Amino acid sequence: MKEYWRKITDKYGFPKVCITLFLLLLIALAFMMKQDVAAMFGDSLVRITMNGILVLAMVPSIVSGTGLNFGLSLGIITGLLAGCISIEMNMRGMAAFLWALVMSVPMSLIVGYGYGWLLNKVKGDEMTVGTYVGFSIVSLMSIGWMVIPFTSPEMVWAIGGTGLRSTITLTNRYAKVLDDFMAIPVLGTKIPTGALLFFALFCLLMWLFLRSKTGMAMMAAGDNPRFAAASGINVNRQRMIGTVLSTVLGGIGILVYAQSFGFLQLYQAPLMMPFAATAAILIGGATAKKATIAHVISGTILFQALLTISLPVINQLMPVGNLSEVIRIIVSNGVILYALTKVGGSH
Amino acid sequence: MSTTNILEMRNIEKEYFGNRVLKGVTLTVKPGEIHAIVGENGAGKSTLMNILFGMPVIYSTGGIRGEVIFDGKSVDIRSPKTALDLGIGMVHQEFMLLPGFTITENIKLNREITRHNPVSKLLGSAKLQTLDIEKMRQDAKKALDSLGMTVDEWLPIAGLPVGYMQFVEIAREIDKENIKLLVFDEPTAVLTESEADTLLGVMKKLSARGIAILFITHRLDEVLAVADSITVLRDGEKVGWMTRDEATLEKIAEMMVGRKIERIKQVAKDVVEGGETALSIRNLRVTMPGEMVRNISLDIKKGEILGIGGLAGQGKIGIANGIMGLYPAQGDVFLGSKRLELNRPRQAIENKLAFVSEDRRGVGLLLDNSIETNIVMTAMQIRDMFLKPFLGIKGIKMADEKAIRTHALKMIKDLDIRCTGPEQLTRRLSGGNQQKVCIARALTLEPEILFVSEPTRGIDIGAKKLVLDLLVQLNRELNMTVVVTSSELGELRSICDRIAIVYEGELEAILSPAASDLDYGLAMAGKYRDRSREAG
Repeated sequence: MKEYWRKITDKYGFPKVCITLFLLLLIALAFMMKQDVAAMFGDSLVRITMNGILVLAMVPSIVSGTGLNFGLSLGIITGLLAGCISIEMNMRGMAAFLWALVMSVPMSLIVGYGYGWLLNKVKGDEMTVGTYVGFSIVSLMSIGWMVIPFTSPEMVWAIGGTGLRSTITLTNRYAKVLDDFMAIPVLGTKIPTGALLFFALFCLLMWLFLRSKTGMAMMAAGDNPRFAAASGINVNRQRMIGTVLSTVLGGIGILVYAQSFGFLQLYQAPLMMPFAATAAILIGGATAKKATIAHVISGTILFQALLTISLPVINQLMPVGNLSEVIRIIVSNGVILYALTKVGGSH
Repeated sequence: MSTTNILEMRNIEKEYFGNRVLKGVTLTVKPGEIHAIVGENGAGKSTLMNILFGMPVIYSTGGIRGEVIFDGKSVDIRSPKTALDLGIGMVHQEFMLLPGFTITENIKLNREITRHNPVSKLLGSAKLQTLDIEKMRQDAKKALDSLGMTVDEWLPIAGLPVGYMQFVEIAREIDKENIKLLVFDEPTAVLTESEADTLLGVMKKLSARGIAILFITHRLDEVLAVADSITVLRDGEKVGWMTRDEATLEKIAEMMVGRKIERIKQVAKDVVEGGETALSIRNLRVTMPGEMVRNISLDIKKGEILGIGGLAGQGKIGIANGIMGLYPAQGDVFLGSKRLELNRPRQAIENKLAFVSEDRRGVGLLLDNSIETNIVMTAMQIRDMFLKPFLGIKGIKMADEKAIRTHALKMIKDLDIRCTGPEQLTRRLSGGNQQKVCIARALTLEPEILFVSEPTRGIDIGAKKLVLDLLVQLNRELNMTVVVTSSELGELRSICDRIAIVYEGELEAILSPAASDLDYGLAMAGKYRDRSREAG
């Protein structure tokens, strides 16, 4: 038994095994309490696909050696901006969503380039600096959202007529365009086929990229910069590519998130989003130096399923008034904290 | 000089993980004696001093056998604190000083002179007493004066010239009242010539006061200048002891180096006469911390195995690193008639040079990647090998996994890399197999000249032989020019056609592997050129 446990934790990593066991316990509890487990699974699936690309955005930054991208808020903000612009252009449906994607990319490229330049100046402290760059930009953009001259009445404050609202409803725009694309109804819930395919497509592209010449060079630069330099690889350039890619994926990721959620959340909302994404990939078994697509997929599934299923279960165990929001924060931050202790990998 | 010994170390043996680094060394030091310990790197000098000082590394790796007698009593020195209490002081090679503190504060650190103040009196606590700066300064001044230093004792350490720092360290040691034995660990390595002379003068003064001195160095003229007696260590054994009157430069040098040499390569090629030059180095300077190359000019002949030897820190390691562009280099390097652009690793590799670094884990390997990735990475990035277009699109170059696997399997077989398969992470391999992966990566580049630095560092004896055999085989079968840099002279003499010895960043001598131990000893100590000049 002990031998078996050791083998399992060696192979999958201690955090992953622990969280999986905890998740299985919750699912068992949910069955015992006769909760709607099918709906829980449906919800989990939706949450997995909506967060997946944000988690995937961690891969290029980790692989290129800049560590976990705590400055992912930068990409998230460019994505949100592109989302707002597509509404301002009065577009609807899938076209609005796709245009938002297309518009977010050049903005992310520019922002990512600047961010990459900064990270190349602060080698060794990327994660700390990244966190505060994220915080600063979120605060700066809180002013930005107020002063950018958007005019669409759906987005600006009803009173005063200037400045964007803190949440913008997408119901009449592009809410659920991916989730509902070819959705398959099962047991009173539905499988978000479009979103699943979209996530799978990006995972495939990233997987291919990591097997290209540039991807391999990036991997070498991240694993051992001195080796890379001795092999004639331009380490700074590889780090730049990693950072830019991560930022671009952040922008795309938030748009996927928003269409599923049904709202664009501005102002302080992007502040903590990078933490959820980093927690997910760390639970998946990644470290600050090594990440694979498998880490992304398993981590997202575990983290989001845990969040989705723990709430109703714990709520029922402790039916005290308004505890659900408190518990949600405790669980999600608890998991993030636990995951962050595993940044260096568990040896 | 009294007849009783201040220090006796009897039959000291020490093993590190089954590797015997000291094999029964005996050492006696009398009060007021300057006793020099000389030997090559790895001869066991530092280990002996670590034992004397009770460094944690000794006891965390299983302790020692043998007996240490200090001042007539058998002692068991288990921590540096015990050593200090006994009256053993050490002047370190790297300065152990707090740069932000003044000279006085450094000298008196943790031995401050204090006096009572109202608060400490009230609470009866010695910890709250006020520092008696005035007295401390007087003490510091006294210690500095006895060293002939005229520097102000209230100056901070930061900003002092290096030589002064060395003297502050010594002042700190002699300020301790009970000091009976002082260890100087290569004290002159960072000093200028005049500073070194002053230091030697100070050592004589100290010994006149009855303090015994253990002097570790590889500068033989300093040994001859001050030492009363000399112990020579080699491979963890004491190979000789002599008084100053008996000692000569030649005798020490020969003792330091002499050892049986087993030739792996049977016949040294006679390449000095004629022969095509593969690479010619002119006035190379390399800024590599700890291994500065100051001015090297050297011709590497086509098809030879050239060894580069010398003691640690003299610059031998810097040569290959400089040519390959890993450390900033100046000078001219010519490949035939073509000038090689320095400081550009890519240029060097494109010009068919390949390098197996001495820092295997730091530079040589991607520890968290597979063996096959390690082997092909450089060739893929620079030679565009092992790539295929993606779905027929020429612009997108994907790794050709089939070709990589085939090549990796071939290399694993050819070099006999012991592993679970080409996908194993290099972190999990033993030192010898990691080295073979590094060599496989270099060979994948199909180099004309292969630089190998410290090929056998940190690998076990069996694997050492395999790696050396492999280098000889490459040279013989593929006629590859090989440049081996190594701290182990025996190893160089067993495989090389010619051996260049580097001293203080300059070329001291080019010797045949069959040259005498005396020549090697002199060259390593930087005395070969002087001798040949005198002879000529």
